[in-house]
Amino acid sequence: MKRKSISSASLTRRTFSTGVAAAGLVAGVAPFNIARAQGGALKVGVLLPLSGLQAGIGQDCLRGVKIAPAILKSESLPPLTIMNGDTESKVDTARARAEKLISEGAQLLIGAFDSGQTTAIAQVAEQKGIPLVINIAGAPQITEQGYKFVFRNFPTGPMIVGDAFNNQKAVFAAAGVSPKSVVFMHINDTYGTAISGAVDHVLPKFNMPYTIAEKISYDPAARDLSVEVAKAKAANPDALLVVSRLNDAMLLTREMVKQRWTPQAILSMGPGWYDDEYFKTLGKLADGPISFVPWYDPHKKLTGVLEAALAKSYPGVQLNANHVFTFEALLVAADAYKRAGSADPKALADAIRTTHITDNVSVGPGIMFNAKGQNDKVKDGAIQNRGGKNVILEPQEASNAKPEWPMRSYLSRG
Amino acid sequence: MARLAAGLSPRSAALLGALFAVLVAAPFIINDYLLTVLIIILYFAYAGQAWNIMMGFAGQLSLGHAIYLGLAGYVAATLYVLLGVGPWLGLLAAIPICAACGAIIGFLAFRFGVAGVYFAILTIAFAEFARIGFDNWKFVNASSGLFLPVKQYAHNDLWRLRGDPTMFYYVILAATALLFMLCHLLLRSRMGYFWLAIREDEQAARATGIDTFRYKMYAVMISAAVTSFAGVFYAFFYNNLFPEQVFSISRSIEIILGPVIGGVGTLFGPILGAFVLTGLAEALNSAMTALGIDLPGATQVFYGICLLLVVAGLPDGVWPPLARRLGVGGSKK
Amino acid sequence: MPFDVYLNVAVGGILTGLVYGLMALGLSVIFGVVRVVNFAHGEMMTIAMFIAVVAFSAFHLDPLIMLIPIAAVLFALGYALQTGVINPFVTRPEHAQFLLMVALAIIISNALLIMFGPDARSVQTAYAFDSYQIGALIIDASKLYAGAAAIVFTAALFAFFRLMLLGKAIRACADNHTGAQVVGLDVKRLYALTFGIGAACVGAAGVMLTLIVDTTPLIGPSYTLLAFVIVITGGLGSLPGALLGGLLIGLTEALAGLTFSPSLKSMFAFAILVLVLLFRPQGILGRRLS
Repeated sequence: MKRKSISSASLTRRTFSTGVAAAGLVAGVAPFNIARAQGGALKVGVLLPLSGLQAGIGQDCLRGVKIAPAILKSESLPPLTIMNGDTESKVDTARARAEKLISEGAQLLIGAFDSGQTTAIAQVAEQKGIPLVINIAGAPQITEQGYKFVFRNFPTGPMIVGDAFNNQKAVFAAAGVSPKSVVFMHINDTYGTAISGAVDHVLPKFNMPYTIAEKISYDPAARDLSVEVAKAKAANPDALLVVSRLNDAMLLTREMVKQRWTPQAILSMGPGWYDDEYFKTLGKLADGPISFVPWYDPHKKLTGVLEAALAKSYPGVQLNANHVFTFEALLVAADAYKRAGSADPKALADAIRTTHITDNVSVGPGIMFNAKGQNDKVKDGAIQNRGGKNVILEPQEASNAKPEWPMRSYLSRG
Repeated sequence: MARLAAGLSPRSAALLGALFAVLVAAPFIINDYLLTVLIIILYFAYAGQAWNIMMGFAGQLSLGHAIYLGLAGYVAATLYVLLGVGPWLGLLAAIPICAACGAIIGFLAFRFGVAGVYFAILTIAFAEFARIGFDNWKFVNASSGLFLPVKQYAHNDLWRLRGDPTMFYYVILAATALLFMLCHLLLRSRMGYFWLAIREDEQAARATGIDTFRYKMYAVMISAAVTSFAGVFYAFFYNNLFPEQVFSISRSIEIILGPVIGGVGTLFGPILGAFVLTGLAEALNSAMTALGIDLPGATQVFYGICLLLVVAGLPDGVWPPLARRLGVGGSKK
Repeated sequence: MPFDVYLNVAVGGILTGLVYGLMALGLSVIFGVVRVVNFAHGEMMTIAMFIAVVAFSAFHLDPLIMLIPIAAVLFALGYALQTGVINPFVTRPEHAQFLLMVALAIIISNALLIMFGPDARSVQTAYAFDSYQIGALIIDASKLYAGAAAIVFTAALFAFFRLMLLGKAIRACADNHTGAQVVGLDVKRLYALTFGIGAACVGAAGVMLTLIVDTTPLIGPSYTLLAFVIVITGGLGSLPGALLGGLLIGLTEALAGLTFSPSLKSMFAFAILVLVLLFRPQGILGRRLS
């Protein structure tokens, strides 16, 4: 479908049409008329950081978008027309793009990975009465505002942490270990600090066998992490608890090798350690770290379909949370559209609220939303790097391997 | 009122009036997306004008202006989140804090003879200091960000700045207009002429007996105080604050692009600059979308090229030659 | 914390500081002579880093081997930039210069983003994971080589400025612009040469940095800032000062990160900058500007 272009000359030109001009924009005193397509494709605006600091992850999420249409079709779901919007990793741009997509006729929005940008988009969505299905964003506040049009199929920071602790205990039990002390290292960005705060809050309730000997936070713009690793090593913990991104994960591993230190385990509660790039760059040194993150359930049927589609379109790229949750957001959209039978935003929102998809990809009973629009049933997985791949340790229903503890010393890996 | 009209030729007054009338009528003509774009334009016009006071009028290059935006935003937002204090009262608290911050920077710089590029670097250092500081300060939620509760959109609550984009639009429009008039008055005042002297040749100005230290301090403090409104507006419009974004050097740079393109030191330059830049960015983005070019980063490259061309080809900014064309007598220096 | 931890961190800080020093040297040369506020300094370094990364992944050429060729490429780039674009700006007000360089920086970093994508790239040399152990002291091999290369390069630069006629001519330009012209020096050509040399320095530093950090298109600005901090701290117009500043910043960052919280590392660099600007604006080894 041909994209409509916005002519910037319309800043001063008046258009009082109430219909949709073929190549112009919709103007009028009241909020524009939303095309009521009965049985046509649903116009979905996808907002992701495709440039700027978060470009890497945004473009990874986009892969989930690109392979979705074919899969949705094979599941007999109605077609979607995807309208891409680049938030440029900035809050103001995110807001403007959301407005733009809506003015171009988007009937539903998906996005946006970053909590700040997602908040801005959520406000626009709520104001305009256009449903927003959040693919990835951890800040709990977004679904605490009493919004009626915002839905999130992704755990909040506190949920991630709580699940992580549960899964950790399960892993300890399965491996028969009981680490006494850990060093908690986290990146000082939105996600890292949110998890850190959640840890402080939540840890006392979980009765973990370990205590946090030291907390080390580092600047996202850190040039090298030798000091941080030296500090961690000096505290001599049993395991390293970490929240980082991909780059830092690789840097930290390199530093540990150079400083000749291998903790018993690396327990990550964030991205990076399970990434393709991590495996590719570190080879044999990549094995061992356990990540407690939202993940896919390899036993579910749709997971296999998604994996195959990804392998076909992007060979060499392993399935990860970015693809999974972005795909699931589109799944929610298509499913709601089918049940609502119309593209009217209010009908769509009501349909989304009653979503009940058990044939999905992510870990947990499925996709369903509570009164606040949050899927509070989605669970984290515990995955470990093994032989260049990710194996799932917990929860039991999704598991396909047993934990390996302790990690083999870096120095003996050749 | 007479003072306002003084110095404005009938032609320029008429043009200004026409522009203002168009802007007032805008929400009835254009859609919400363009309204948001206009809000962003006016926001940068306001912030750029505020920065212009320090640079264009008094010649002090501030590259860390984001510190005032951030401080003001956080002060007002924290008061709102913790005590339910409305943004206008929050602004009353933010203004003296920003002015004090500006005074500290100014004092440290001017007392110790830090000028020119060194002053600019000093302002960057302070902004970065604030960024890292807030990034690690638990009280304001550090780098997790401060979120303002957004309860409703049903009606416009001007007191708490909750509501329709149209309300925000008129607020920022009024603010920009008021600031424009303030700058006009400042330029024509005694202090404005002292600033002109300092900007052109500080040593000579001192030789004629002007207390350059005091007037430079005034410039810095007024600029900082005025910028604080933009910070409060930002906080209540976007409803979240992250130190990484609010204090970052890219934000400081964003603010100064408008005035430099439009014309540093001129009255209308920052406003024109904001229109040109944001308009250009959005137009480029639309063009790329229409042509189906999906190259993240390409828009920014074009943007940089356009910036380069303007900086290289129009040294005084876009406004002076345009003003001459329109017959409004060039910059109001 | 045991003493050897401090020692290890300090050594690491010094080695990294040497590379920072070289990078800052490039800026000092440009800033000191041509008097242009080069806010695209970090971006120029990023170009060099990408060339090194690509050369490594395509041809398996170790960055240290590529050091001279890449420095030469950056020299040519700097020369061309100065002659073609920057020269008219030498006499323009500072904010105009600054914006010119900002525009260049935006173009460069986003062009790199388009060409190479946003993901980080690293150079996985054979010795990327090596370290030398002497008693309790563990020295990172890559840092050691980078530091050594920085010393060699810097020494060559010093020799150039002290001993060679061209180097002296450039110093003359820095000291007294009018005087240099009176004596008959082709100032415009010297400016271009100086910019080229500065670019070569930052290019070499970039190549060495690929051994230590990862390369992404957007790392430019933080290094530009760091370079300015170092140059101002060490002293504008003083080459040893830039090196000293680099060492100082590298060391303090490392030790401060160890003693306090690592995320506050950068604050110390800025604190030092503010103190220097206030109490000794000419920098530690600089001469008072006229």
